[in-house]
Amino acid sequence: MMQNKDIKRLSLILLFSPFALWILLLIILPHIGMVLLSFREKVAPRVYEYSFANYLDFINEPIYWNTLLRTGSMSLLVTALALLIGFPIAYYIAKIAGPRARGGLFLLCLIPLWVSDLIRSFGWILLLRETGVISNFLLWTGLIGEPVEFLYNDIAVIIGLVYTVILFMIVPLVSTLDGMDNSMIEAGYNLGGNGFTVLRRIIIPYAMPGIVAGCIVTFMLTAGSYLTPVLLGGKNSSWFTEQIYNQFITRFNWEGGAAFGMLLLLFTSVVIWLGLKLSGQTLANTVAKS
Amino acid sequence: MLAQKKSSPFLMGYRLYVVAFFIFLAAPLISAGAFAFNDSLFPALPWQGFTLDWFFSDTEPKLGMFHDRRLLQGLYYSFVIAIFVAMLSVFVGTTNAFLFVRGEFPGKNFFYILMVVPLVIPGVILGISILVLASDTANYMENRFDLELEFLRPGLLLVVFGQFSFITTITSLVITARLKKFDATMEEAAFNLGASRVRVLRTVTLPFLRPAMIAAGIVAFLVSFENFNTTLFLVGSEAPLTITMYDRMAKVGSTPVLNAVSFVLMVGSGLLALLSIAIQRDKTSQ
Repeated sequence: MMQNKDIKRLSLILLFSPFALWILLLIILPHIGMVLLSFREKVAPRVYEYSFANYLDFINEPIYWNTLLRTGSMSLLVTALALLIGFPIAYYIAKIAGPRARGGLFLLCLIPLWVSDLIRSFGWILLLRETGVISNFLLWTGLIGEPVEFLYNDIAVIIGLVYTVILFMIVPLVSTLDGMDNSMIEAGYNLGGNGFTVLRRIIIPYAMPGIVAGCIVTFMLTAGSYLTPVLLGGKNSSWFTEQIYNQFITRFNWEGGAAFGMLLLLFTSVVIWLGLKLSGQTLANTVAKS
Repeated sequence: MLAQKKSSPFLMGYRLYVVAFFIFLAAPLISAGAFAFNDSLFPALPWQGFTLDWFFSDTEPKLGMFHDRRLLQGLYYSFVIAIFVAMLSVFVGTTNAFLFVRGEFPGKNFFYILMVVPLVIPGVILGISILVLASDTANYMENRFDLELEFLRPGLLLVVFGQFSFITTITSLVITARLKKFDATMEEAAFNLGASRVRVLRTVTLPFLRPAMIAAGIVAFLVSFENFNTTLFLVGSEAPLTITMYDRMAKVGSTPVLNAVSFVLMVGSGLLALLSIAIQRDKTSQ
């Protein structure tokens, strides 16, 4: 009996060590290192002091916090659009399509997921730019008289971002709606509800874990995206990750870059935390389940 | 919203919306792939005829992707990185699955959330935080002990670690879901028949997990292959394909050779994705 207990303990330790090494060395320690670096100020070559200088820089320079606010608000907009556009699609796949079409449609949804961000953005560039497919098509139909540039503006960035993240919204939605019993919807109708009340009182509450999971992943991916805003927005995309990149790689100001990274992390964490609180969900029953 | 009656005008509209959505999904992928076959120096209309030059031609200005040394090198590095990331993350994902499904220990819920967290940290942050820690450690060792730890400088190893740091969450979730469905009586039966622990693991439990492990490995491979944000900060001189393509786009502008690469990648990852789905489906029929 004693021996059995020892074996259990030993195997628990053996199983825990890869997990601990992974989380400690690649997640916790790097983040502590980044926090420490962000509070460091270069006062002379090779001489550093702890201070809030990097954060003060951020507050004193309107370009920086404007960029963060812009990134945040555009990410919220993209998340909302992805939910609005994606929910009917997920509902169609889970509840309306026949059993055979369902698998096929779900597959079709997943295929762009396996293509890199870069290729998706590249595709949009070829469609939207002045010499691109859409401009040419509109010229051919005579709707426009000369080539139009659809690229390098906020709308292009939003289209590209919604496109990039919408699959992460649809997949958790389909899996929660799939688990919903059709008789719940029928009961709603039988009790005299119309389409809208059934949607509001039965379907949406049921799908809430999926909605929250989709929104969290979508928001996080959007706020942390780099390629899509840079490639589709051009020089004036002013996305916050671009600022982090500039600090790190172009200006070689690692202290500033670390502070910006912390701010982005704090900002997205606060938004996600608020979202979880407002919807009464937890991380474990939303993201972990999808 | 719900369309109780079939073939109402509402349902027609709904169907049209779904079709429009799938056109929206397909459009950029088609345009990225199709221009690989256009016999022109620019990936744009008008259509100048069909060609395979952007794949196989060995002369400038239409140097095909299979003769472009830098692109091929990028493809090679992407492969190496993705294979290591897939193997490592499936291994840790499997131990994590056993840890959280079978293990009983204090703070289990807390650690489970800790396991999910890497998925909600922006990739850029993972990249810079690992870069900072690795460089700090390397600098410290250099100043203190005069040790030059080359592997802690940006390069293949850091890229592998950076991608591994969040892909492991994905593999853990996939394998955990499968292990939860395991019927413990199967193991008990094997024990009762006198099998040892190791033997039960090897002949009963792991075969049951295999489809999930393969599917998780394919997902890890694909996510690694297409990763850009985390890789961007950790990359050294051995640039994987996404970084090489981005460089090419920024410096040379869009050329149809990028369409050719896109086409090959889309076909390749499409096939892999189908394979992983076929394996998953096999699993459910068991």
